Amino acid sequence: MQQVKMIITGPFSSGKTEFINSISEIEVVSTERSISSEVERTVKDNTTVAMDFGRITVDDDLVLYLFGTPGQRRFDFMWEILAEGMLGFVVMVDSTKPETFREAKSILETFRAYAPTPYVVAANKQDLPDAWKTDDLRIALRIEDGVKLLPCVANQKESVKTVLLELLYSILEEMEAK
Amino acid sequence: MPLQGNLRDFSTTQLLNLINLAGKTGTLAIFEGIPTKDKDAMGGVKMAAGKERARVAFKTGKLIHAALDDQDGNLVAVLNKAGKLTTEQARIIRERARNTSDKALALLLINANYVSQKDVVSSVQQHTLDVVYDLLSWHEGPFRFDDDQLPGSDRIMVPIDLENVIIEGARRIKQNEVLIQEIPNLDISLKFPENAKEKYKGVHLSVEEWRIVSFVNPKNTIRQIAKANNMSDLEIRKIIYGLLQAGLVQLVRSSAPILDGKGRVIPKAPAVQETVVRRIIDRIRSI
Repeated sequence: MQQVKMIITGPFSSGKTEFINSISEIEVVSTERSISSEVERTVKDNTTVAMDFGRITVDDDLVLYLFGTPGQRRFDFMWEILAEGMLGFVVMVDSTKPETFREAKSILETFRAYAPTPYVVAANKQDLPDAWKTDDLRIALRIEDGVKLLPCVANQKESVKTVLLELLYSILEEMEAK
Repeated sequence: MPLQGNLRDFSTTQLLNLINLAGKTGTLAIFEGIPTKDKDAMGGVKMAAGKERARVAFKTGKLIHAALDDQDGNLVAVLNKAGKLTTEQARIIRERARNTSDKALALLLINANYVSQKDVVSSVQQHTLDVVYDLLSWHEGPFRFDDDQLPGSDRIMVPIDLENVIIEGARRIKQNEVLIQEIPNLDISLKFPENAKEKYKGVHLSVEEWRIVSFVNPKNTIRQIAKANNMSDLEIRKIIYGLLQAGLVQLVRSSAPILDGKGRVIPKAPAVQETVVRRIIDRIRSI
Protein backbone atom coordinates (compact mmCIF):
# COMPACT_ATOMS: atom_id res chain seq x y z
CA MET A 1 0.00 0.00 0.00
CA GLN A 2 1.50 3.32 -1.08
CA GLN A 3 0.95 6.27 1.24
CA VAL A 4 1.40 9.92 0.36
CA LYS A 5 0.83 12.93 2.55
CA MET A 6 -0.01 16.58 2.32
CA ILE A 7 0.36 19.15 5.06
CA ILE A 8 -2.27 21.69 6.02
CA THR A 9 -0.61 24.49 7.96
CA GLY A 10 -1.35 28.05 9.07
CA PRO A 11 -1.70 30.22 12.17
CA PHE A 12 -3.77 29.43 15.22
CA SER A 13 -7.50 29.30 14.41
CA SER A 14 -7.06 29.63 10.65
CA GLY A 15 -9.34 26.65 9.91
CA LYS A 16 -6.94 23.73 9.41
CA THR A 17 -8.92 21.17 11.40
CA GLU A 18 -12.14 22.22 9.71
CA PHE A 19 -10.48 21.94 6.29
CA ILE A 20 -9.41 18.33 6.93
CA ASN A 21 -12.77 17.49 8.49
CA SER A 22 -14.59 18.61 5.36
CA ILE A 23 -12.88 16.10 3.09
CA SER A 24 -11.54 13.25 5.19
CA GLU A 25 -13.34 9.93 4.82
CA ILE A 26 -12.62 9.05 8.41
CA GLU A 27 -13.52 11.15 11.36
CA VAL A 28 -10.45 13.29 11.83
CA VAL A 29 -8.08 11.84 14.35
CA SER A 30 -7.47 15.00 16.26
CA THR A 31 -5.16 15.62 19.16
CA GLU A 32 -7.15 18.61 20.30
CA ARG A 33 -6.83 19.77 23.85
CA SER A 34 -8.72 22.37 25.83
CA ILE A 35 -6.92 25.65 25.52
CA SER A 36 -5.07 26.64 28.65
CA SER A 37 -4.36 30.23 27.73
CA GLU A 38 -7.18 32.67 28.33
CA VAL A 39 -6.22 34.63 25.23
CA GLU A 40 -6.50 31.64 22.96
CA ARG A 41 -9.68 30.47 24.65
CA THR A 42 -11.44 33.62 23.55
CA VAL A 43 -10.93 32.58 19.94
CA LYS A 44 -11.86 28.89 20.28
CA ASP A 45 -12.18 26.27 22.99
CA ASN A 46 -9.94 23.53 21.63
CA THR A 47 -6.74 23.58 19.66
CA THR A 48 -4.56 21.05 17.92
CA VAL A 49 -1.45 20.33 19.97
CA ALA A 50 0.32 17.75 17.81
CA MET A 51 -1.57 17.18 14.58
CA ASP A 52 -4.84 16.45 12.90
CA PHE A 53 -4.95 13.43 10.76
CA GLY A 54 -7.36 12.81 7.86
CA ARG A 55 -7.43 10.12 5.20
CA ILE A 56 -8.61 9.76 1.62
CA THR A 57 -8.40 6.26 0.18
CA VAL A 58 -7.60 6.62 -3.51
CA ASP A 59 -7.84 2.91 -4.45
CA ASP A 60 -6.76 -0.47 -3.16
CA ASP A 61 -3.11 0.41 -3.06
CA LEU A 62 -2.93 4.18 -2.60
CA VAL A 63 -3.89 6.36 0.35
CA LEU A 64 -3.57 10.11 0.79
CA TYR A 65 -3.09 11.39 4.32
CA LEU A 66 -3.77 14.97 5.31
CA PHE A 67 -1.87 16.24 8.32
CA GLY A 68 -2.86 19.46 10.05
CA THR A 69 -0.10 21.16 11.99
CA PRO A 70 -0.58 22.69 15.41
CA GLY A 71 -1.07 26.43 14.92
CA GLN A 72 0.54 27.62 18.11
CA ARG A 73 4.22 28.49 17.89
CA ARG A 74 5.12 26.55 21.01
CA PHE A 75 4.43 23.33 19.09
CA ASP A 76 6.50 24.23 16.06
CA PHE A 77 9.06 21.52 16.88
CA MET A 78 6.43 19.18 15.39
CA TRP A 79 6.34 20.96 12.05
CA GLU A 80 9.59 19.69 10.61
CA ILE A 81 8.74 16.10 11.56
CA LEU A 82 5.36 16.42 9.88
CA ALA A 83 6.84 18.08 6.80
CA GLU A 84 9.28 15.29 6.02
CA GLY A 85 8.32 13.55 2.80
CA MET A 86 5.27 15.72 2.09
CA LEU A 87 3.96 15.89 -1.47
CA GLY A 88 2.94 19.51 -1.03
CA PHE A 89 1.36 21.85 1.50
CA VAL A 90 -1.54 24.22 1.97
CA VAL A 91 -1.11 27.41 4.03
CA MET A 92 -4.44 28.44 5.55
CA VAL A 93 -4.99 32.13 6.27
CA ASP A 94 -8.00 33.54 8.11
CA SER A 95 -8.97 36.35 5.71
CA THR A 96 -10.85 38.18 8.48
CA LYS A 97 -7.94 38.43 10.94
CA PRO A 98 -5.17 40.77 9.75
CA GLU A 99 -3.45 40.29 13.11
CA THR A 100 -2.50 36.77 11.95
CA PHE A 101 -1.09 37.73 8.53
CA ARG A 102 2.45 38.28 9.79
CA GLU A 103 2.36 34.86 11.46
CA ALA A 104 0.97 33.26 8.29
CA LYS A 105 3.82 34.75 6.28
CA SER A 106 6.35 33.43 8.76
CA ILE A 107 4.84 29.91 8.74
CA LEU A 108 4.83 29.94 4.95
CA GLU A 109 8.55 30.80 4.85
CA THR A 110 9.32 28.13 7.45
CA PHE A 111 7.60 25.40 5.44
CA ARG A 112 9.19 26.57 2.20
CA ALA A 113 12.54 26.08 3.86
CA TYR A 114 11.72 22.52 4.98
CA ALA A 115 11.34 21.15 1.47
CA PRO A 116 11.08 22.60 -2.05
CA THR A 117 7.62 21.16 -2.63
CA PRO A 118 4.73 22.94 -4.32
CA TYR A 119 2.24 24.77 -2.12
CA VAL A 120 -0.89 26.89 -2.34
CA VAL A 121 -2.31 29.53 -0.02
CA ALA A 122 -5.98 29.14 0.98
CA ALA A 123 -7.69 32.41 1.93
CA ASN A 124 -10.19 30.98 4.39
CA LYS A 125 -13.49 32.48 5.62
CA GLN A 126 -14.10 34.26 2.32
CA ASP A 127 -17.84 33.92 3.03
CA LEU A 128 -17.62 36.42 5.91
CA PRO A 129 -18.34 40.11 5.30
CA ASP A 130 -15.08 41.42 6.76
CA ALA A 131 -12.83 39.05 4.79
CA TRP A 132 -9.95 40.68 2.90
CA LYS A 133 -10.11 40.06 -0.85
CA THR A 134 -7.62 37.57 -2.28
CA ASP A 135 -5.96 40.29 -4.41
CA ASP A 136 -5.33 42.35 -1.28
CA LEU A 137 -4.11 39.31 0.64
CA ARG A 138 -1.59 38.54 -2.10
CA ILE A 139 -0.01 41.96 -1.60
CA ALA A 140 -0.35 41.89 2.20
CA LEU A 141 1.29 38.46 2.46
CA ARG A 142 3.76 39.26 -0.34
CA ILE A 143 2.89 36.12 -2.27
CA GLU A 144 4.58 35.85 -5.64
CA ASP A 145 2.46 35.86 -8.80
CA GLY A 146 3.33 32.25 -9.64
CA VAL A 147 1.92 30.96 -6.35
CA LYS A 148 -1.78 30.12 -6.24
CA LEU A 149 -3.82 32.04 -3.68
CA LEU A 150 -7.29 30.53 -3.58
CA PRO A 151 -10.52 31.70 -1.95
CA CYS A 152 -11.69 29.08 0.52
CA VAL A 153 -14.44 28.25 2.97
CA ALA A 154 -12.99 25.42 5.02
CA ASN A 155 -16.31 23.95 6.13
CA GLN A 156 -17.51 23.53 2.52
CA LYS A 157 -16.37 20.34 0.86
CA GLU A 158 -16.38 21.75 -2.69
CA SER A 159 -14.18 24.64 -1.65
CA VAL A 160 -11.72 22.28 0.06
CA LYS A 161 -11.72 20.00 -3.00
CA THR A 162 -10.81 22.95 -5.22
CA VAL A 163 -7.87 23.91 -3.00
CA LEU A 164 -6.52 20.35 -2.91
CA LEU A 165 -7.00 19.90 -6.66
CA GLU A 166 -5.17 23.15 -7.39
CA LEU A 167 -2.28 21.96 -5.23
CA LEU A 168 -2.23 18.64 -7.09
CA TYR A 169 -2.26 20.44 -10.45
CA SER A 170 0.75 22.46 -9.29
CA ILE A 171 2.52 19.26 -8.25
CA LEU A 172 1.75 17.74 -11.65
CA GLU A 173 2.98 20.84 -13.49
CA GLU A 174 6.23 20.71 -11.58
CA MET A 175 6.68 17.03 -12.41
CA GLU A 176 5.98 17.67 -16.09
CA ALA A 177 8.45 20.56 -16.15
CA LYS A 178 11.31 18.34 -14.90
CA MET B 1 -16.59 44.92 1.58
CA PRO B 2 -14.23 47.38 3.30
CA LEU B 3 -10.68 46.51 4.21
CA GLN B 4 -10.44 46.59 7.99
CA GLY B 5 -7.78 46.06 10.61
CA ASN B 6 -5.55 47.74 13.14
CA LEU B 7 -2.34 49.68 12.45
CA ARG B 8 -0.48 47.61 15.04
CA ASP B 9 -0.96 44.56 12.76
CA PHE B 10 -0.79 46.25 9.38
CA SER B 11 1.14 49.52 9.41
CA THR B 12 0.40 52.73 7.54
CA THR B 13 3.39 52.02 5.28
CA GLN B 14 2.01 48.55 4.47
CA LEU B 15 -1.41 50.04 3.77
CA LEU B 16 0.10 52.61 1.40
CA ASN B 17 2.00 49.82 -0.34
CA LEU B 18 -1.21 47.79 -0.75
CA ILE B 19 -3.13 50.79 -2.09
CA ASN B 20 -0.27 51.66 -4.45
CA LEU B 21 0.26 48.15 -5.86
CA ALA B 22 -3.46 47.41 -6.15
CA GLY B 23 -4.11 50.83 -7.75
CA LYS B 24 -7.00 51.37 -5.37
CA THR B 25 -9.52 54.19 -5.38
CA GLY B 26 -11.22 55.02 -2.11
CA THR B 27 -10.82 56.50 1.34
CA LEU B 28 -8.83 55.25 4.30
CA ALA B 29 -10.22 56.26 7.69
CA ILE B 30 -8.22 55.81 10.89
CA PHE B 31 -10.02 55.82 14.23
CA GLU B 32 -9.28 56.13 17.90
CA GLY B 33 -9.00 52.67 19.40
CA ILE B 34 -11.39 51.85 22.20
CA PRO B 35 -10.20 48.79 24.14
CA THR B 36 -12.78 46.02 24.48
CA LYS B 37 -12.78 43.07 26.86
CA ASP B 38 -12.07 40.70 23.96
CA LYS B 39 -8.70 39.53 22.69
CA ASP B 40 -7.76 39.14 19.05
CA ALA B 41 -6.33 35.94 17.54
CA MET B 42 -2.77 36.91 18.50
CA GLY B 43 -3.63 37.81 22.08
CA GLY B 44 -3.76 41.59 21.68
CA VAL B 45 -6.60 43.60 23.13
CA LYS B 46 -9.35 43.88 20.53
CA MET B 47 -9.98 47.53 19.70
CA ALA B 48 -13.30 48.93 18.60
CA ALA B 49 -13.35 51.93 16.27
CA GLY B 50 -14.00 55.18 18.14
CA LYS B 51 -13.85 58.75 16.89
CA GLU B 52 -12.36 59.27 13.43
CA ARG B 53 -8.82 60.71 13.63
CA ALA B 54 -7.78 60.93 9.99
CA ARG B 55 -9.10 60.50 6.48
CA VAL B 56 -6.94 59.88 3.42
CA ALA B 57 -8.22 59.55 -0.13
CA PHE B 58 -6.62 57.77 -3.08
CA LYS B 59 -7.37 57.58 -6.78
CA THR B 60 -5.99 54.67 -8.83
CA GLY B 61 -3.23 54.16 -6.31
CA LYS B 62 -2.24 57.83 -5.97
CA LEU B 63 -2.65 59.92 -2.84
CA ILE B 64 -5.07 62.78 -3.55
CA HIS B 65 -6.28 64.17 -0.21
CA ALA B 66 -5.58 63.87 3.50
CA ALA B 67 -7.12 65.45 6.56
CA LEU B 68 -6.70 65.14 10.30
CA ASP B 69 -9.79 65.42 12.43
CA ASP B 70 -8.23 67.91 14.85
CA GLN B 71 -6.63 70.13 12.21
CA ASP B 72 -8.10 72.88 10.08
CA GLY B 73 -7.42 71.62 6.57
CA ASN B 74 -9.28 74.20 4.50
CA LEU B 75 -7.46 76.09 1.77
CA VAL B 76 -7.00 79.32 3.72
CA ALA B 77 -5.34 77.50 6.63
CA VAL B 78 -3.16 75.51 4.22
CA LEU B 79 -1.99 78.64 2.35
CA ASN B 80 -1.38 80.43 5.64
CA LYS B 81 0.68 77.50 6.96
CA ALA B 82 2.71 77.50 3.72
CA GLY B 83 3.40 81.23 4.09
CA LYS B 84 1.44 82.16 0.97
CA LEU B 85 -1.09 84.19 2.96
CA THR B 86 -0.39 86.27 6.05
CA THR B 87 -2.42 85.58 9.19
CA GLU B 88 -4.24 88.89 8.67
CA GLN B 89 -5.05 88.04 5.03
CA ALA B 90 -6.25 84.62 6.14
CA ARG B 91 -8.53 86.15 8.77
CA ILE B 92 -10.12 88.55 6.30
CA ILE B 93 -10.61 85.90 3.62
CA ARG B 94 -12.14 83.54 6.17
CA GLU B 95 -14.66 86.20 7.17
CA ARG B 96 -15.58 87.15 3.60
CA ALA B 97 -15.61 83.68 2.02
CA ARG B 98 -17.18 81.69 4.81
CA ASN B 99 -19.39 79.55 2.57
CA THR B 100 -17.10 79.32 -0.44
CA SER B 101 -15.68 75.94 -1.42
CA ASP B 102 -11.90 75.44 -1.59
CA LYS B 103 -11.96 75.18 -5.37
CA ALA B 104 -14.00 78.34 -5.84
CA LEU B 105 -11.86 80.17 -3.30
CA ALA B 106 -8.66 79.13 -5.08
CA LEU B 107 -10.00 80.62 -8.32
CA LEU B 108 -10.91 83.86 -6.54
CA LEU B 109 -7.48 84.14 -4.90
CA ILE B 110 -5.63 83.39 -8.14
CA ASN B 111 -7.74 85.91 -10.08
CA ALA B 112 -7.14 88.52 -7.38
CA ASN B 113 -3.38 87.82 -7.58
CA TYR B 114 -3.13 86.83 -3.94
CA VAL B 115 -1.50 83.56 -4.93
CA SER B 116 -0.53 81.70 -8.09
CA GLN B 117 -1.91 78.35 -9.23
CA LYS B 118 1.52 76.87 -8.49
CA ASP B 119 1.29 78.18 -4.90
CA VAL B 120 -2.08 76.48 -4.42
CA VAL B 121 -0.91 73.16 -5.87
CA SER B 122 2.38 73.06 -3.95
CA SER B 123 0.74 74.13 -0.66
CA VAL B 124 -2.05 71.56 -0.91
CA GLN B 125 0.47 68.89 -1.90
CA GLN B 126 2.73 69.71 1.05
CA HIS B 127 -0.23 69.74 3.45
CA THR B 128 -1.37 66.32 2.20
CA LEU B 129 2.15 64.92 2.62
CA ASP B 130 2.50 66.43 6.12
CA VAL B 131 -0.71 64.69 7.20
CA VAL B 132 0.37 61.34 5.76
CA TYR B 133 3.89 61.63 7.25
CA ASP B 134 2.19 62.21 10.59
CA LEU B 135 0.15 59.03 10.09
CA LEU B 136 3.35 57.07 9.47
CA SER B 137 4.21 57.49 13.15
CA TRP B 138 0.88 56.05 14.32
CA HIS B 139 1.29 52.47 15.45
CA GLU B 140 -2.14 51.79 16.86
CA GLY B 141 -5.71 52.41 15.79
CA PRO B 142 -8.46 50.65 13.88
CA PHE B 143 -8.62 51.50 10.18
CA ARG B 144 -11.09 50.99 7.37
CA PHE B 145 -10.61 51.43 3.64
CA ASP B 146 -13.81 52.01 1.68
CA ASP B 147 -13.52 51.42 -2.05
CA ASP B 148 -14.66 54.18 -4.42
CA GLN B 149 -15.49 56.65 -1.64
CA LEU B 150 -13.90 60.03 -2.47
CA PRO B 151 -14.06 63.57 -1.03
CA GLY B 152 -16.55 66.00 -2.54
CA SER B 153 -15.68 67.61 -5.87
CA ASP B 154 -15.35 70.99 -4.15
CA ARG B 155 -12.06 69.88 -2.54
CA ILE B 156 -8.73 70.48 -4.25
CA MET B 157 -7.09 67.15 -4.92
CA VAL B 158 -3.49 66.91 -6.12
CA PRO B 159 -2.35 63.41 -7.16
CA ILE B 160 0.90 62.32 -5.47
CA ASP B 161 2.85 59.14 -6.31
CA LEU B 162 3.06 56.89 -3.26
CA GLU B 163 6.54 55.40 -3.83
CA ASN B 164 8.35 58.38 -2.27
CA VAL B 165 5.90 58.50 0.63
CA ILE B 166 6.45 54.78 1.31
CA ILE B 167 10.24 55.17 1.27
CA GLU B 168 9.93 58.12 3.66
CA GLY B 169 7.77 55.87 5.89
CA ALA B 170 10.51 53.24 6.01
CA ARG B 171 13.11 55.91 6.86
CA ARG B 172 11.07 56.84 9.91
CA ILE B 173 10.83 53.31 11.35
CA LYS B 174 12.65 53.16 14.65
CA GLN B 175 11.74 49.71 15.92
CA ASN B 176 14.12 47.00 14.77
CA GLU B 177 11.57 44.28 15.70
CA VAL B 178 9.20 45.41 12.97
CA LEU B 179 11.98 45.20 10.40
CA ILE B 180 13.17 41.80 11.62
CA GLN B 181 9.63 40.46 11.29
CA GLU B 182 9.43 41.81 7.76
CA ILE B 183 12.92 40.75 6.66
CA PRO B 184 13.94 37.91 8.99
CA ASN B 185 16.62 36.52 6.71
CA LEU B 186 19.54 38.63 5.45
CA ASP B 187 21.02 35.73 3.49
CA ILE B 188 18.68 36.17 0.57
CA SER B 189 19.25 38.35 -2.45
CA LEU B 190 17.34 40.99 -4.37
CA LYS B 191 16.33 41.65 -7.93
CA PHE B 192 14.64 44.48 -9.81
CA PRO B 193 10.96 44.20 -10.77
CA GLU B 194 10.09 43.67 -14.42
CA ASN B 195 8.96 47.27 -14.96
CA ALA B 196 11.97 48.74 -13.10
CA LYS B 197 12.43 51.70 -15.44
CA GLU B 198 8.86 52.81 -14.92
CA LYS B 199 9.02 52.18 -11.16
CA TYR B 200 12.15 54.28 -10.60
CA LYS B 201 10.86 57.24 -12.60
CA GLY B 202 10.32 60.19 -10.26
CA VAL B 203 11.54 58.35 -7.16
CA HIS B 204 13.74 60.40 -4.84
CA LEU B 205 16.29 58.19 -3.12
CA SER B 206 19.02 59.21 -0.69
CA VAL B 207 22.70 58.57 -1.45
CA GLU B 208 22.68 55.51 0.84
CA GLU B 209 19.58 54.13 -0.84
CA TRP B 210 21.11 54.57 -4.31
CA ARG B 211 24.26 52.82 -3.11
CA ILE B 212 22.19 49.82 -2.05
CA VAL B 213 20.26 49.87 -5.34
CA SER B 214 23.57 49.75 -7.24
CA PHE B 215 24.33 46.40 -5.54
CA VAL B 216 20.97 44.80 -6.35
CA ASN B 217 21.77 41.57 -8.13
CA PRO B 218 20.53 38.02 -7.49
CA LYS B 219 24.17 37.07 -6.82
CA ASN B 220 24.51 39.43 -3.83
CA THR B 221 22.82 38.60 -0.54
CA ILE B 222 21.48 41.42 1.63
CA ARG B 223 24.16 40.61 4.19
CA GLN B 224 26.90 40.98 1.55
CA ILE B 225 25.44 44.29 0.40
CA ALA B 226 25.39 45.53 4.01
CA LYS B 227 29.02 44.49 4.50
CA ALA B 228 30.14 46.16 1.26
CA ASN B 229 28.46 49.38 2.38
CA ASN B 230 29.55 49.17 6.00
CA MET B 231 25.95 49.19 7.21
CA SER B 232 24.41 47.68 10.34
CA ASP B 233 21.60 45.11 10.12
CA LEU B 234 19.12 47.80 11.19
CA GLU B 235 20.30 50.27 8.55
CA ILE B 236 20.20 47.79 5.69
CA ARG B 237 16.84 46.36 6.79
CA LYS B 238 15.34 49.85 6.91
CA ILE B 239 16.47 50.65 3.36
CA ILE B 240 15.51 47.27 1.91
CA TYR B 241 12.13 47.42 3.64
CA GLY B 242 11.41 50.80 2.02
CA LEU B 243 12.52 49.61 -1.41
CA LEU B 244 10.44 46.43 -1.06
CA GLN B 245 7.33 48.26 0.10
CA ALA B 246 7.65 50.76 -2.75
CA GLY B 247 7.95 47.86 -5.20
CA LEU B 248 11.43 48.98 -6.31
CA VAL B 249 13.10 45.64 -5.54
CA GLN B 250 11.94 42.07 -5.01
CA LEU B 251 13.29 39.25 -2.87
CA VAL B 252 14.86 36.31 -4.67
CA ARG B 253 13.94 32.97 -3.20
CA SER B 254 16.87 30.61 -2.83
CA SER B 255 16.93 27.39 -4.83
CA ALA B 256 20.02 26.08 -3.06
CA PRO B 257 19.70 22.81 -1.14
CA ILE B 258 18.22 23.37 2.27
CA LEU B 259 20.18 22.15 5.26
CA ASP B 260 18.90 21.14 8.66
CA GLY B 261 20.42 22.28 11.94
CA LYS B 262 23.23 19.71 11.63
CA GLY B 263 24.16 20.73 8.10
CA ARG B 264 22.44 17.77 6.44
CA VAL B 265 20.49 18.29 3.25
CA ILE B 266 16.79 17.92 3.95
CA PRO B 267 15.35 15.29 1.60
CA LYS B 268 13.22 16.58 -1.23
CA ALA B 269 9.61 15.58 -1.77
CA PRO B 270 9.11 11.82 -2.14
CA ALA B 271 9.73 10.42 -5.59
CA VAL B 272 6.11 9.99 -6.58
CA GLN B 273 5.13 9.10 -10.11
CA GLU B 274 2.86 11.28 -12.19
CA THR B 275 0.32 8.46 -12.36
CA VAL B 276 0.00 8.54 -8.57
CA VAL B 277 -0.81 12.26 -8.63
CA ARG B 278 -3.32 11.72 -11.46
CA ARG B 279 -5.02 8.94 -9.46
CA ILE B 280 -5.32 11.24 -6.44
CA ILE B 281 -6.77 13.99 -8.66
CA ASP B 282 -9.38 11.59 -10.07
CA ARG B 283 -10.29 10.42 -6.58
CA ILE B 284 -10.71 13.93 -5.16
CA ARG B 285 -12.79 15.00 -8.15
CA SER B 286 -15.13 12.09 -7.44
CA ILE B 287 -15.68 12.88 -3.76
